Order: sequence, then C-alpha cells, then structure tokens
Amino acid sequence: MSVGRAETFDKAVDFATQTIQLSLDDEPRNLNSIKAVDQISIFFIEHVMEGLLRQDERGRIVGGVAERWEIDDRHARFWLRHNAKWSDGKPVTAKDFVFGWRSGVDPANASEYASIMYSVKNAEAINAGKLPVTALGINAIDDYTLEVELEKPTGYFAYLMNFQIFYPVREDFYRAQNGRYFADIKNMIFNGPFKLTEWVHAASFRMEKNETYWNRDQVKLNVINIPYVTNDNLARFNLFKDGKTALEDGMRGIGKEQVTSAVNNRMRIRAYSDGSIWYTEMNHRKERITSNKNLRKAMQAVLDSQEIVNKVIGIPGYIPAYSLFPVWLQGVHKKFRQEYPAQPPVLDVELAKRYMQQAKQELGMETLPPLALLCDDKENAIREAVYFQSLFKRTLGLEIRVDIQTFKQRLEKMQYGEFDMILAGWGPDYNDPMTFADLFASWNENNHGRYNNPEYDAALRQALGTSDPQLRMGAFGKAQQILIDDAAVLPQYERVVSYVQNPKLRGVAFKQTGAVMVLTYARVVE
Amino acid sequence: MLSYIVKRFGMGVLTIWFIATATFVAMHLVPGNPLAQEKAVNPVIRANLEKQYGLDKPVTTQYIIYITNMLHGDFGISYTQENRFVKDIISEHFPVSAELGLLSLFFATLGGVLFGAITALSRNRWPDHLIMVFVILGVSVPNFVFAALGQLLILKLNGWTGTTILPIAGWDGFGSMLMPSLVLGLSTMAYLTRLMRATMLEVAGTDYIRTARAKGLSTTRIFLSHQLRNAIMPVITVLGPAIAIITTGGFVVESVFTIPGLGRYFVQAVQQLDYTVIMGTTVFFGAFLVLMVIVADILYGFVDPRIRVEAGR
Amino acid sequence: MTSFTPKPEDFALLAQRPSLHHLQRPSMSYWQDAWRRLRRDPKASVSLYLIIALFMITLFGPLLWRVEPAREDLDVISYPPGLRIPALIVTDPVQWPGVHADPAALVPADPNSTQSLAATTTIRVEGEATTQYVRLTWQPVAGAATYLVYRNDHTPEAAGDLGLPLFQTLSAEELSFEDRLQLKPQDYWYTVIASDGVEEASVVTTMKVPVQRALTVSQARERGLDATPGQIVSLGAHPFGTDTLGRDILARVMQGGRVSLFIGIVAPLLFVFMGTVYGGISGYFGGTIDAVMMRVTDFLVALPFLLFMILFRIAFGIGPGESGIVPMMIALVLLSWENTARLVRGQVLQLREEAYVQAALLLGAKPLYLIFRHMIPNTIGPLLVNLTFSIPMAIFTEAFLSFIGMGVAPPTSSWGSMSNDGIKTMVNTPHELLFPALFISVTVLAFNLLGDGLRDALDSRMRSRE
Repeated sequence: MSVGRAETFDKAVDFATQTIQLSLDDEPRNLNSIKAVDQISIFFIEHVMEGLLRQDERGRIVGGVAERWEIDDRHARFWLRHNAKWSDGKPVTAKDFVFGWRSGVDPANASEYASIMYSVKNAEAINAGKLPVTALGINAIDDYTLEVELEKPTGYFAYLMNFQIFYPVREDFYRAQNGRYFADIKNMIFNGPFKLTEWVHAASFRMEKNETYWNRDQVKLNVINIPYVTNDNLARFNLFKDGKTALEDGMRGIGKEQVTSAVNNRMRIRAYSDGSIWYTEMNHRKERITSNKNLRKAMQAVLDSQEIVNKVIGIPGYIPAYSLFPVWLQGVHKKFRQEYPAQPPVLDVELAKRYMQQAKQELGMETLPPLALLCDDKENAIREAVYFQSLFKRTLGLEIRVDIQTFKQRLEKMQYGEFDMILAGWGPDYNDPMTFADLFASWNENNHGRYNNPEYDAALRQALGTSDPQLRMGAFGKAQQILIDDAAVLPQYERVVSYVQNPKLRGVAFKQTGAVMVLTYARVVE
Repeated sequence: MLSYIVKRFGMGVLTIWFIATATFVAMHLVPGNPLAQEKAVNPVIRANLEKQYGLDKPVTTQYIIYITNMLHGDFGISYTQENRFVKDIISEHFPVSAELGLLSLFFATLGGVLFGAITALSRNRWPDHLIMVFVILGVSVPNFVFAALGQLLILKLNGWTGTTILPIAGWDGFGSMLMPSLVLGLSTMAYLTRLMRATMLEVAGTDYIRTARAKGLSTTRIFLSHQLRNAIMPVITVLGPAIAIITTGGFVVESVFTIPGLGRYFVQAVQQLDYTVIMGTTVFFGAFLVLMVIVADILYGFVDPRIRVEAGR
Repeated sequence: MTSFTPKPEDFALLAQRPSLHHLQRPSMSYWQDAWRRLRRDPKASVSLYLIIALFMITLFGPLLWRVEPAREDLDVISYPPGLRIPALIVTDPVQWPGVHADPAALVPADPNSTQSLAATTTIRVEGEATTQYVRLTWQPVAGAATYLVYRNDHTPEAAGDLGLPLFQTLSAEELSFEDRLQLKPQDYWYTVIASDGVEEASVVTTMKVPVQRALTVSQARERGLDATPGQIVSLGAHPFGTDTLGRDILARVMQGGRVSLFIGIVAPLLFVFMGTVYGGISGYFGGTIDAVMMRVTDFLVALPFLLFMILFRIAFGIGPGESGIVPMMIALVLLSWENTARLVRGQVLQLREEAYVQAALLLGAKPLYLIFRHMIPNTIGPLLVNLTFSIPMAIFTEAFLSFIGMGVAPPTSSWGSMSNDGIKTMVNTPHELLFPALFISVTVLAFNLLGDGLRDALDSRMRSRE
C-alpha cells in the first residue's frame, strides 16, 4: 500500500532545488474548475491553471492567457497570447474558454458558483434551464480572439476573470475523461505555472513547475511538496515549529493559541485581511420577534464589537466592524469607508432598556420568549455564541438559546429560516461593495433572514443600473446607512488570516477573494 | 466443526445486513440536507444534484438500491470529495488504520503479557507496584490527552537535541508509527496487563502447578511450560474484539498525528454529512468487527479442545 | 401389651435451656460479609471515599463556592490558578479619535523608489497604559503607505521577533492605534514599522510599555467594588484559574461534574436494568424464546460502538438550547445493555440447574417466588460489579464524544467538553486541560478500583487471593 508514503524532506525549504514543503488542513473536494468551491481546491487550481487575467504579487490585475483586453458597459474583448500552452503542448485557444464558460452555466453540471457568471449575457436564463448553453454571450472570433457580451454593466468584470469558473476547459480532453475530469492525476491537463504530479488522497500532494507555461521564466519554485494533511491545528503548527513546513496557515489562519506559541517561539507573525465580514444576521420574517426593529435596536445598543474582537476572539489584527462593508473596499478615489464612514453605534444599556420596553409594548408581550441563536460548530463561533448568551441576559434580560449545528445542518436551517439570529460571515467574490450589498436584497436567495426594505432595494437598483462610480458608491453609502439605522444586521468583525513563514521563503502572495495563498511568485533565498 | 463455521458465517452475513439497515435508518433520521450549499442555487440545479445522488427516489427504492449496490461492493460516490468512490476511500485508507491498529495491538499484547507476567511473579513487591501505577494511568487517562502529550514530548525531544529523533506527525516509516501506536495501544495494554496478572495468579493456585512443583520442576520451567501457556489463553480471546476496537477507535490519534486512516475520515464525514461515506465506513467497520470476532472464535476453537467439543454439540 | 394413649396433660413445656452450641462469631449475612471484605481492601475503600468525595464536591461544592459557572469575566481571561488579583480603579475612558496627519503634509509613497524606508521615530503613549487600553501615536515617515503595529511580551531578541501583529493602518494618514487586545499587567514592547505597501522599513523602533491592571469606575460598580478612582481593589479569587472567556474553572468543574457523573451513573443504571430484565426473561424461559432473544443481542454486539454513538447523536439532532444529554443517554442505553443481558441470562441459566432451585421447584414454588427469592439475590453480586465497571466506560464515552464535539452542546459543559476546550490551549495555559482531565481520570480510576474490590469481595472464590 502506498498511502502516506510520499517522499518527505527533512527540511521545510531547500535553496538549491527551490523546493518548499507545506501542510494542508483538508483534501480538495473537486479540482474541476467548473465545480470547485472550497478553498483547498481553489488553491490547487490557482497554481495549475490560468484564466484570461491573473493577479500579480501586489494584487493588481495583469494579463494571463490574454495579453490584451478591453471592457466596456456591454462588451468585453480579449486577445489571447499565442505562446500560452497546455501541458501536452497544444495551444490554449478561445474555444477552450467558450467550452469552459458554457460548462460553468450548464445546469446539467450543477455548478454552485454558476451565479457568479450571471453578468455574462443569458447566463442566468441558461442556468435556470430556459435557454440552451449555446445562447451564452461568449464567442470565439478566431482561435486567439474572444468576444463577450455582458448582461449588465459590470465594473469588476476584469477582476472576475481571475475566478476559477472562468478558466479554460479543453473540450476534447474533458470528454475523453468520461466524467472523471480532474478526478485523479491521470485525468488532468494544465495551463498554469505548476503541474500536479502526485496526489495520494488525503495524504500527500506534489506540484512541480510546468515547463510548458508561457511565463515559466518568472516561476522560481521547482517543487511544492505537501506531505501532510490534517485538520488538527496544533499538529500542523507543531510541524512548522519542528521545521517540516515552510508556512502555516496561510489560508485559514493560525488560531489564538498558535499565535501565542509563535510569540513565545520568537517567530515573526504576519497577517492579511481575507476580506470577509462576520455579523449576526436577524430573521425578519413576520412570525419572529426579531422582525421588531426596537428589539434589534436594543441589541445593537449593547453589542460592543471592540469587546468581541479584543476579548472574546482575541486573535490579533481582527478589525471591529460597524458596517456590512469592510474597510478594504475601494470607493471612488479613496477607500469606500473613508468616503462613507460608518459611525459605531452608541453603547448605552439604559437606552437599550428603553428600546426593549418599546419592543415589548409593540409585541404585546410581558416577557419575550427565548431567541434561538444559530451558529456552526467551530471554536470561535461557539465562544461568541456563549458570550452573546451571557451579554444579552445580563444587559437586556433576554434569554438566548444557542443552536450549534454542523455545517450542512446549519445551512439547511438557514435556508428554511429556522432561527432568530445566526452568526454568519461572508467572503467577497469580487472587489466591489455589491458582493456584500447584494446579500440583503429582497430578491436574493442568500438573504436568509428575508430582510425586505424597499428603500434598500431601491438603493441597490440604482447601483446596478449604472457604471458611474460616483453614483454607485453614493448608492452603497445610502444602503450602508439604512442597514445601520434599521439594525438589520449586527456586524462584529473583519477577519484577518495570521500566519507564520520560514524566513527563507519570500514572495508569497494572497488572493483576497477566498483567502488563497499564491506561490507563483515565491522563491527560496539562501 | 465445519457446520459450526458455516453457521457462524451465516449469522455474520445476517448481522452485517442488520448493521447496514440500522445505518441506513439512522442516516435518514439525520436532520439536514447533504446537498446543502453555502450559496443558494436555482431549483433546476438542485433537482439535478438530487438526481445525481439518487435522492429524488422514494426511501424504499433508495434502500433497495443501497443494499443491492452494497452486494456488489459499491457504496456510491462521496458527497464531499465529489470524484471519489467510497470503496476507493475505504480501500486506500483502511490499510493505514489496520496497520496502525495491528502495530498498537502488537505493542499492547507484548507489553500486556510481559508486564502481566512480571507483576504476577513479583506480586506485592516494587516492580508490581510500579507497573500497576502505569496500568492505572493507562486505564484512567483518556487517550486524547495521551495523544496530545505524546506529540508534545516528541516536539520537546527534537527541540532539545536539535535533530529529528522521531517525526512528530505523518505516516512514513517506523519512526512515525511508534508514538501513535503506543498511544493508541496504551489502554489495551493496561487492560491486558491486568488480565494477565489475574490469570497468572489463578493458574498459580491450581493443582497441576502444585503437582509440577511437587515433582521438583524448576520455577522457570513451571513458568514457561505451564503458567504462561495457560494464562495466555484468555488474552488470546480478547484479541479479536480488541483489534476491531483499536482499528475503529483511532479517530483522535489519526487526527493528531496526521495519519491518513479511515477513522479520521469517518469523523469528518459526519461533520460534513457525507451520507455515502458515513454509511460505507460504518458498514465496513461493522463487517470487519463481525469477521474478527468469528475468526477469533474459530481460532480459539482450534487452540482449546474444550471449546471444540462444545461447538460440535 | 399395654396401650398408651397420650392425653393433653402429658405434654408440658420444658423450661428454656441455654443454647447447646454457642456461635463463636456474630452471624453475618452475605452482604455483611462482602462489606467487611470490601472495607478491608485498602484500594477499594479509598476509592469508595473518593467517589463519595466527588459526589459531595459536585453536589454541594457550589453551595460553598458561590461563583456562577457561566459568569464571564473578560478582564481575567485564561488566568492561571491564583487567589488575589489586585486592580487599580481608573475613570471611565473617553472615546479617542486618534491622530491623523494632514495628507498634504505627507511625503507620498513612491513605487519606483529603491531606497529603504526610515524607522518610525518617537512612539508615544497617550495617557496611562492600563489593561483597559494602551494608546500609541507616532511620527510620520516619508514615503510610507501604511504602518504596522506589533506588540511583544518579551524583549525582542532577533529580527522578526516582534510579537503579535496588532494592526495595519489603511492609509499613511493614520498615526495612532488604540490597543485593547487582552492586555495583561506586564511589560510590553510595541513596534511600529513603516511600509510602502510591499517592502517594509529595514530598521524598526521598539518601545517598552509597562501596563497596570485597571478597572474602570463603571466596571467596578458593576462588580460591587469600591469605585473610587486611584483605589486598589481585589478581583475574585480563582483557585483553578479561568478559561478563555474568563469563567471560573473550579465552578465549571463542579458544574461539569454533575453532567459527567449524571451521564456516567444514570445511563449505566438504565442499561443494566434493561439488560437485567431482558436477560432474566431470556434465561428463565429458555428454549426458542431464549434463542431468538440472544440472536438480537448478537446483532447489537456487532455494531461498532463509537461509530453508532456518533450516528445516533446526529440522528437525534439537538435543537436550540438543548444540552444533548438525553440523546447521548438514549444512545448509550440502546447500545450498551446487551452485555448485562448476557451476564444475567448466563447466571439465570446456571441457577435454574442448581439443586436448591430444583428443590424449591419440587416443593411447588411459583415462578415469581423463585425469581425474587433465588434468582435476583444470587445475580445481584455480579450485576453490581458489572454496574461499577460500566460507569467508567460511560464516563469515558461521554468524555470522548464531547471531545470530538459530538457530545453535550455548549453552554452545557462536561469534563469531556472542558478537556476539549482545554487541549487547544494545552501548551500555553495547561491548567484549562489539567483540571477537567484530572477529574475524569480520578473518577474513572476510583470506579475501576472499587469494581475490582467489589468483585473480590463478592466472589467467595477470590477470598484467598490477593
């Protein structure tokens, strides 16, 4: 049996061979770029595949397979480079993108991320089975020119081109795999900077530099070896400490305890924002008492994001949140939040009690029934939920029943509205406030609490209907204030990913959307 | 004897069917949807996904398909690892669990018999007391504590010496297997030590030992050819169930030491509501347990003539 | 031949005579004898006392140690065992706007510059540095796009030994930071690094800041302490320390013990009872009924125990506010009774063949009489031993399931779930794991030793051994 018998080095990094060693916390679920959803899969796809555009080490959008592009309100046009090749030597052509994109929206493939393609003409109708896939607004003018029709103005379309569902898929190869595309090493073909050369399920991986990659001279690492896979955070940190891995944990972030250990071990801790925002979502359905605005205002008046970040979470770098829109979002000239600041709510227990009193009157109740607080079974969420329970009890006399569920069970309950409040979070799909604002639109299926505010919807429609940055940001600014005034959602924090890195490893970059580590520009120094 | 074996295997098959059914029922009582996703998808896609996993059919049909497929050794495709067959997951990861289990059972038996014999021979003297303290620890400290402490110990050792005395994790060579299998085998070792000690003492009081002593046999001779041989019998009987328990009980150890075994997979599958993996592994482990017990019984029948007679009746 | 016809007068009571044989020792029943032997076994009797002590602690301890186990004290997070925590009372903080530079006065970052940035100069602490907050300001650096603030808890020993990455400013205009992250009364070393967005300044400045434990006036009032600014007050003692939410571990161990011991004792009682009834019926009636009933137990034995415990746990599901104790008990009972059933059946089968039972049967004893007079008293010894050994098994199972997050649901805690929390912080604050794990171990050990003692005491064959 060869399981777990991958070649392991004794060193985390090796200068001579430009080899690094890593650990992962899980097995990728599906490496097929059409179907991939999880962080680990996206990490691999990011290294072995390349889309039309990509991010450089500073996070700027640069050419990938496309060397030139033009995007306006209705169209996008890409000119592909002639030296972009698949790992079997054949060129990457516009047809590969046409097939890839069509497969992405094809309802038969049931891709979870299909909705991100809806800015392409007819994508939504195709995905709902109303139009054939050939109706998709993408057209290969010749082998190296790609013409895209947009459904609506999409200011962030270039940014989307770095999203795996927009990556190329070669039809002849795809069909030859008989439904096993990217299921195993033998079913793979690459056009990215690396090749996956070894994959022992749930045990080890090995990526090697792809010699057919057009930009191979810029790729410094020869081998990325991943001989450890475990979801035990302490074990993975111990591997780093023991000099077996070069970086830990660049995707999920090391936990509070590992941060302390790193300090005690004199390690340099680095951090970056993964772009996500974490908040308490409220159930606005009529039959729930959380639909009462005064009750929500009462909770807003006692909820101290500073305390949650500094005392309850206790991981350095987390940013206390007061708005649904994270501070890193770009506005017109400066950051969005510098142009449209969000005032922290006034913390006042007496005020909160008055809101409570009003809520009780409006609801016609002497005492309020206990509220169900849904959360997942992760350490941070549980700690937060327990904190909320004691906070609301102490300040408002409000009983909270914590409902801890595993991932899928929580999703099911969210979908059917079986909660009063949820501890939830949202990571951006693209660099625009819309990726967050959209969450509370009345038409959005992801609006689990069924928040329905015509004013809010109107602000979003305004933002959707124009590509003028001034107007769009103004609309988002209005939307932000509505959410705060309504206490529709109670923001808690923006997450950072803290990690430790071998000092000889340089040039590691991170993709903010999805918190994916990028080793394409990394190198080992002497 | 043959009819006994046939009968045992017949019962075994029936038992496995029972386990399969119980698992199926339990899984369908579980609230939540295995296809639930972070992002809402439209109804067409949802229907397509359900069709793909056969969830659109009535429960009775699902049950029949499930049992029929299982007879062909097909447990379906994993819900979370969308390209992997459950039977592949089992066949790739079970050997690792089995290896870990066997090795820890080896340590447990070796230690158990050795320590048990020592304690019995040195009854109420210091080696007895010393070993019994360890036995007590082995019985009373949960193995997740041992696992974490064991890893910490290796880390400290490596840190002090500045080299890799033992790898702290992974499954690569004997060095990496040592600590996890010791940790996993510890409670069984403690149990076997106690058992061995008790039977050794019981055997020591029997007539044939007294006879042997009266004949003037040396203590060593008595120990080797009478005491040890007879005392070891009960130890052998518990080995069958023990290997199954050890093999299925390695969740924590597998996770702490990053061992790609099946136990870890099971816990993850439960957390992610991976129907097919949960059902496949449960049925597989159940079948394995049944088989081990049967094999142990039959082997014991060969070793001990008394059982053979009884079984023949 | 004379015939003698006895008349009533011929019978007369004799005077009572002293007993012919004198009992040398007091008469003892089986149980008295067993109790005497148990008491003579030092390990067993110590265990018995330990178990009694554990029960007393978990049941009556909270009456003496009146600290609410759910009370969170975010000012003493993960505090090691200690008795007195002094704190200074300070006035309530005023919101701090921070320091912002005029953008026009700054030298902007130059992406093409190859020169390294200068070190940040003059870090200053605004106001008092207390555990409430440390407010830092610094002077701008030419060419900086952002600043990174680090906090260390020891003198930096090497490059990169900077401590916690507290903050990164969004722009070059921000020249201040308020640190409130789990401050402890100790010395800190703050470092501010200028960065042009990609490259950091190669030289950094570090400043040592001693921090004092402080409570604000309103916090002190909330705790019912003397709220005069400048006063030194004492925070509550925590003999076992506190956990990651500042909850008292002693109080939690006592509360968690109730859950662990409840599951550990009630579940075995239930399944031993169930097994007794089942095994008793099976053994008493024998024949086909016995055969069928025993096949059912064969099925149960074959179920992989832990796997099914987990399956049942998720199958039952746990709703909002539910502790998960009931599902776990049901699962434990459903999966564990067969052992007792087999034991009792074996005993009953054996007893049926005993001469005295046969004699009773011949004398016309009814089944109920047989069961109550002979069967039950004679099985109760082994049953008791069986029960005693089942308790540590149940406690371990609970601990293990809670450990992998499949046991009791927070905020309900048990020793197992506390160990699960504690193991994550094992390296830095071992007391959070030590106490719950210690209690599990002691309990399991005590029940195991008591079981050994009971078995020896109740089994007459063992009388001469050990």
